[in-house]
Amino acid sequence: MANTMAKSFLQVAATEEAAPPLRVIQMEGVAILKIIKHCKDHSPTLVTGQLLGLDVGSVLEVTNCFPFPIREEDEEIEADGANYQLEMMRCLREVNVDNNTVGWYQSTLLGSFQTVELIETFMNYQENIRRCVCIIYDPSRSDQGVLALKALKLSDSFMELYRNNNITGEKLREKNLSWVDIFEEIPIKVSNSALISAVMTKLKPNTPVTQCDYDRLRLSSSSLMERNMEFLIECMDDLSMEQQKFQFYYRNLSRQQAQQQAWLQKRRAENMTRKAAGEDPLPEEDPTNHIFKPIPEPSRLDSFLITNQIANYCNQINGVSGQSLNKLYLMKALQED
Amino acid sequence: MASSERTVLQLSSSSQNLSAKVPALVIFNICDCYVRRPDQAERVIGTLLGCVLPDGTVDVRNSYAVPHNESLGQVALDIEYHHTMLISHQKVNPKEVIVGWYSTGLGVNGGSALIHEFYSREVSNPIHLTVDTGFTNGELTIKAYVSHNLSLGDWQMAAQFQEIPLDLRMEEADGVGFDTLKATAVDKIPNELEVMEASMERLLALIDDIYKYVDDVVEGHALPDNNVGRLISDAVGSLPKLPASVFDKLLNDSLQDYLLLFYLSSITRSQLILAEKLNTAAQIL
Repeated sequence: MANTMAKSFLQVAATEEAAPPLRVIQMEGVAILKIIKHCKDHSPTLVTGQLLGLDVGSVLEVTNCFPFPIREEDEEIEADGANYQLEMMRCLREVNVDNNTVGWYQSTLLGSFQTVELIETFMNYQENIRRCVCIIYDPSRSDQGVLALKALKLSDSFMELYRNNNITGEKLREKNLSWVDIFEEIPIKVSNSALISAVMTKLKPNTPVTQCDYDRLRLSSSSLMERNMEFLIECMDDLSMEQQKFQFYYRNLSRQQAQQQAWLQKRRAENMTRKAAGEDPLPEEDPTNHIFKPIPEPSRLDSFLITNQIANYCNQINGVSGQSLNKLYLMKALQED
Repeated sequence: MASSERTVLQLSSSSQNLSAKVPALVIFNICDCYVRRPDQAERVIGTLLGCVLPDGTVDVRNSYAVPHNESLGQVALDIEYHHTMLISHQKVNPKEVIVGWYSTGLGVNGGSALIHEFYSREVSNPIHLTVDTGFTNGELTIKAYVSHNLSLGDWQMAAQFQEIPLDLRMEEADGVGFDTLKATAVDKIPNELEVMEASMERLLALIDDIYKYVDDVVEGHALPDNNVGRLISDAVGSLPKLPASVFDKLLNDSLQDYLLLFYLSSITRSQLILAEKLNTAAQIL
């Protein structure tokens, strides 16, 4: 009996292995609104919370979520946090909310979310749930009337490298992995229950213009741009630091190789003379010598993440300036009227 | 002497001009709970969290459902659940306290008075929000009440639920987009350019409306309305009057600024790609 059970579990595990890859995140409106509320209430402090939902084939449904209290660096409080999480899950199950963790959400400031912590959290979650996702919401961009909601996951090939701690030049070349391949963005679909759809249709105000339209059409975007540029410059500094590290490493490496060559030549010459004298040759390697100790290669992870952030800022700057150009031309057309 | 003979029906509550603000999130939450209600349950109830503003307005900010059982005039509320959830919510946002409770269904019934009494012990003068998820009258009825105790001397006679004005705040929902929230399924969240385009189109439609109205009035098809006229004149007046050359200069300066930023970020991006190639290709053999 136990045997068949084990077998069936195995089978289940095997069939799960073959599950289709994650294609789409389907979010319920209520989950989106909850995330927005939590992130906005605490902005500019960055907050996180847990996503609940169901994993259905290639679709991951996010039907609800709950916020985490702001974390403090204290072990006692950390244990408290775990309790809080369990309690919340238990309570939500009692009112028939989907009781299955599918990932977490977090707020961000202008998209500066690509950090080592994010990757580590991801790896932690991934250990327990096979398919998880991180929803990133940027409250600072809602001033522009934009819903900055993103669903991310780590790419499989990157995860494998990270798990084996293999983020070195050689491995990356082997896997053909570049900074663009760390995160994968997954498209978000929105779904609502029929009841909510009906309620919203009834409640929708009849004003032709909403606050969002004002926000979107506001001409000045300089403060946003300024902050974006500031972050960009900071990241550039960080990147050049990383580059220096690599240069240092390569310089050391080439120096070491030159030393090794010199040592080898000396040893060979010595062996020649010993041979001439009829003695046994000395070995051509000496592991005790410090010049044969390999220099550790610095991890590429930091520079990859920084590159990702820079690319993100560039995209945002491009986006905002593109929109501003649109607005300026609209303004021009209005003035000419 | 006279006062002792008079029996006074007292309204115990003092706040008369109470009103409530309810965000879209709470309505969404209630609907979601209603959809997920247990079998045979006729309605769902839950706690409303928020704060009372200095002017007496009750600002509802969050809510959670509380399991309950109702049968033949008896109500069993899971009080322990209610307290656990309250503590959990306050860990996240200590400023949100109990302000009342909600229930689905139309209006108030007998059980409501009992539940209201419970909440009155948790907080003074709670509000009661009802959302008619059944569309009983073919309409969506959302109402807020406060309860007044009718007492005769020390003897409580009855509780009277009095409707208070309700303000549904839709800003958050607006941020997500009504079109996104109204449909049962939306394939993707519209991106920045799409929402921008939609806003511009709305603006153009509004301008067209104004043109049409002005033309109609001028040609005598429509009755002139002084208020509308004044609003239009205000709108036109709010555009700064600038000579063409000054406006062009302003416009071109801004255009150039943005183009510069555009250029800068594009060049950064191409540098990144180049740097990445050099970095991973670099190896010493």
